[in-house]
Parts: sequence; C-alpha cells; structure tokens
Amino acid sequence: MIELVLESLCTGCGECVSVCPTHVFDAGADGVPVIARAEDCQTCFMCELYCQADALYVGPDHDQKRPVDAQEIINSGLLGQYRRDSGWHEWAAYPEYASQFWRMSQVMNGGREITAARKLRLKET
Amino acid sequence: MLNLETDVLIIGGGMAAGWAAIAAAQSGADVVLVDKGYVGTSGVTATGGPGHWWVPPDPKLRQEAVQRRMATAFGLAEPDWMARIIETTWDNLPTLAGYYDFQKTDDGKPHYNGLRGPEYMRALRHKALDAGVRIFDQFPALELLLHEDGAVAGAQGVQRLSGTPWRARAGGVIMATGGCAFRSGLLGSHTNTGDGYLMAAEAGAELSGMEFSNAYSISPLWCSTRTALFTYARYFDAAGHELDIASFAGAGDFLGDMAKALQAGPVYCLLNEVPEDVRRQFPQIQPATPVPFLRKGVDLYNDKFQVTLFAEGTIRGTGGLCVTGANCQTTVPGLFAAGDAATRELIAGATSGGGAQNSAWALSSGLWSGAGAAALARRAGRRVNEPVRPSGGIALRPSGTAKPFDTRGLAKAVQNETLPFDKNLFRTGAGSSASLARLDALWWDSRAHLHAEGLSAVHARETAAMIATARWTHAATLARPESRGMHRRTDAPQTIAAHARRLRIGGLDEIWTAPEVAALEEVFA
Repeated sequence: MIELVLESLCTGCGECVSVCPTHVFDAGADGVPVIARAEDCQTCFMCELYCQADALYVGPDHDQKRPVDAQEIINSGLLGQYRRDSGWHEWAAYPEYASQFWRMSQVMNGGREITAARKLRLKET
Repeated sequence: MLNLETDVLIIGGGMAAGWAAIAAAQSGADVVLVDKGYVGTSGVTATGGPGHWWVPPDPKLRQEAVQRRMATAFGLAEPDWMARIIETTWDNLPTLAGYYDFQKTDDGKPHYNGLRGPEYMRALRHKALDAGVRIFDQFPALELLLHEDGAVAGAQGVQRLSGTPWRARAGGVIMATGGCAFRSGLLGSHTNTGDGYLMAAEAGAELSGMEFSNAYSISPLWCSTRTALFTYARYFDAAGHELDIASFAGAGDFLGDMAKALQAGPVYCLLNEVPEDVRRQFPQIQPATPVPFLRKGVDLYNDKFQVTLFAEGTIRGTGGLCVTGANCQTTVPGLFAAGDAATRELIAGATSGGGAQNSAWALSSGLWSGAGAAALARRAGRRVNEPVRPSGGIALRPSGTAKPFDTRGLAKAVQNETLPFDKNLFRTGAGSSASLARLDALWWDSRAHLHAEGLSAVHARETAAMIATARWTHAATLARPESRGMHRRTDAPQTIAAHARRLRIGGLDEIWTAPEVAALEEVFA
C-alpha cells in the first residue's frame, strides 16, 4: 500500500495524480500530491513506474499501511528500482535493463519440468 | 457538465478498450474513450504480462490447436470462434511494432506473443492517440443513456479529478470495463468491480456463463503478484512437511489441492529450485515481481513465505455479457462488449481461458467491436438530436427514501459470499441458495435506500455492481445442477450431457436464467 510521497524528491509534476488507476492521490496546494485515499491503493506500483523523480514509496502489504521512515527509505536504494529494472525513461539507454520478457515461456516451461521431475522423484522414494 | 459527441464511445481503459479504440479510429470513426482510471495503468493487463494464443497460419496446426482446446471447454465453446481469434491475433498483434519494442529471441526472431503489461498498455495508448482517439482518463461512467427505442445512446459519469459531471452521446457504445474480482486484492483488479455488467444489465443486456466465475490465483499472503515463478514452487504445511499439490499450470487439480490445503491450515511456498540463470534474468523479465519481496524482507528464492489464493471472479473465469454476433454485439442495440466484460465461453467454454486465450479474445473482440460500432455509427448516425433517458437505477435513483450507508461494509458483505472457498470454489445448492438470499437482501435494501452523488456515486455504483455480479454468480450456480469445468458442485459432482449448453442470465430486481436454445454437441471424452 502507498506509504510515502517524498517531498524532498517530488518535482510536483502531478503525473501520479493522473496515472493512479484507483484515484489515491489528490493534487496538493503546494504541488506535492497528497495521499488522500490510501485504502483504495491496489499495491500495483504503477505510480512508482511513472514517477521520474522516484519520489514515491509503496509498501509491500496490499491491505495495510506500515509506516516507514522517509530517510531510511531514501537510504535503502529501493526507490526507483522498479522503474530502473523496467528500463523506463532515462534507463532506456542502458542495455542491461532492456526487457527480456520474451524469456517468460522458457521460465514457465522450466518450472513445469523441474516440478514434474521433483514429483516423480518424490513418488519413487 | 462536459458534453461530448462522437461516433464511437468506449467505456474502459484496458487491453480490449485499447484495441477497440484503434480499430474504430482506423475505420474512420470519431472515437472517445472514457476510463475510470488511466489508460496505461488500469486493469489487469497493465500489471501483468499477457501471452497470446499464438499459432502460425498452418491449417493443420490451427485445427489441432482448436481441437486441443475444445477438449477442455466441456461442450460450451465454438471452434469457429476459436479459429477467428487465433487468426485475428496473429494478423494484428505485430501491428504494435513501433509502439511496443518486440524483443528478438536467442534465434534472432522477433517475439510477438508475450508482452509485458505496462509497456503493452503504454503502446496501445500511444497507438490509439496517434489514430486520433480522444482519451479521457479518470472519467468513470456511472450509467448508460438510452434512446426511446431502447438503443444505447451514450453514457454519463463524473470526472474524478474535478468532480464535474460528463455526458457523451455516440452512435455506438463499447463496454470494455473488464471482469469482476470482487475487490479480492488480486493484482490490478481494484477497478474491476463489474461496473459494465451492471450498466449493461440496466439497459437490458443479457449475460452468459456467470457460473464460471470462480478462478483463483496463487500469491504471497500479503500481496498478490504475478504467478510465473510458482511453476517451480514447493509447498509445506506449518510443521514443515512437504505437501503433495498438483503442479501449477500443469495437468491435475492445483486449485482444488491448494484450496483444501489452505482450509486445513497455513501453507508456505519455497522457490529454491528456480535456477540461477532465471534468478539473474528475472528482474528484466518481470521487474514488478521481486519488488514486494525485497521490501517485505523476504528472500524470494531462499525463504519460505506464506501463500494464499486470491479470487479472480470473472477475470480468469469466463462469464460476462452475452455476445450475439460476429462484431460482439450484445443483446441491446447499439451496445457492444469486448474483453473480460464479455463472456469468453465461446473461446474457452467452462475452463479458464487463462492468459493466452483471454488475451487473444481481448485483442480480437476489441478489434471486432471497434469495427462493428464504427459501422453502426456510419449507418445510423449519432442521433444526437433525439431525446434520451438515463438508465441507471441502484445508488443513483433509489426507489425509496435515501438513508446513510457504509458502502465498505456492504462490499465486505458481498465478499463474504464470493471469496470463501466453501461458498464459491466448492459449491453446493444449499450454500448458493443461502448466499443468494443474503445478497438479495443487500440488493433490495440498497436499491431502495442507497443514494450517492458526485464522486461518492462512483464508489456506491462499484459496490452495487459487485452485489449484482455476486447474485448472478450464485443464481447461475443454482441453475447448473452439475459440475462442469471450473464450476464445481460438491453436491452434484457429475458432468451431465443434458446441461452441455450455455446459460443465459439477466435481470436486476428479479433475476432469470435460461439455457441457450440450441444444444451444443458434447465434444469432450
């Protein structure tokens, strides 16, 4: 669930207010958005993907807020990770972050094979 | 009030809506798309990574693909419709090149059939805008407008960011509002509350297959995620004993095994058999998946973590608005349905269309409805000078005296009838009768006394749509006294040949069900 709008990083562009699919944010008087309806947050991390300032932090629990310390989060290196690993915006210039989504069927087929082999092994023992 | 006029109005902002908008605009129509959220982040495609049913244009291969899938449709699908979506998907998905960066695989060929969700939806948005579509984000629709002859004339709603009402008149309207997962917490589904089912039913539309509304998907207890890595999963009970659960995405009854294990106690997952190369590549395959684990302090590949099943309702189920013709017309003139808002029985029958078939359906039904609505608008015009009436009932025009409602409490009461395994996954006639009685009481109380305006009307209508969808779900369960595909009646475990036909359902204050007239051939063994 959405936890933080980091005022020290926010540029006030308003993108999160526009793109949040569940209308969590209101535009704030000073340009910094306000978390107005946290209970409608679906923990989809989409706001972080669209935030080029990496000024948003969504916590991992979908149904409850667990307050976190802003400075600790800034220091954690977690901010902007999803956007970077997705190769969005400035990260599009880095080949190491290019999408490898085409490997998905290999991943799932590999999982099916490994699970089938394990089940066979368990059956034999 | 903002007034809009257009040839084609599309309600919804996911994958089907995007394809519908592109097709309608490309056939020369003026197109307005209104979405409750934002085209790019709304709906279950945006947070996912849909593969598409992908079979090369070799008649033998395609015939085999259809036959294979007919065998698990339990007599309710149509081979012609399956063949149509295979062809339409193959022919059209590559047209996103230039908007979506189709990566080359190890053998140097572009990979078309699987697309990462956020980039897929971003591509559809930009292609639609370039085709001239006017996109209105944060524009939830509240109700349809009807002509005096009963044809759909447009819709009206509220602008979420300003609170200002809007009204749109159109020659053809496409409902692409997605399915309904009853706010289970399923990733990306918060906006999927069945709004389109409710709006369409108020206009007189029929639904079909609402008994096939009990899909569930595996995830950590604390956050719904994508499920690809669970193909590797080992499961344990609280005492650390490894559980014998059928493999995920394979043959066998994964869902039944997992639900029973969860009924017995907590279940823990271990992904330690995911190979090193997959671990290394995964952040660039599906970057969203590791994020909540890292933030929760759970080592995705080495820690056991507690899991649960999140209800998918009609999203991975197959029920939805009935379509009556090749362009996905509904039973109401002027109204078309696409994607999960429409029934997917024609292409998946009684078994979930999963990712690949449902995606091919969303793309194809989007394109067909877009072309169909544009053709209707060309033929009949926008009819903007004719008088119209709003068709919304519950929460907008109460039949009695308004009283205060706790709509979140109301939503919780609906979830109590739609999420638990013993009420929705393992069904009984007695259980569904009792659920339906409780849901009917919620409906009648809300119908008489729930009244909301402006922004609060959005939430009230979402809640009302969940009540309506839940009632159809249980009424359809009662009307199908057998087990078939995902529909499991523990009090009627046999599949009965006489019931091998699709089940229509409709009505709001009074719900009716009726088998489709033509019986279908029993094609499975």
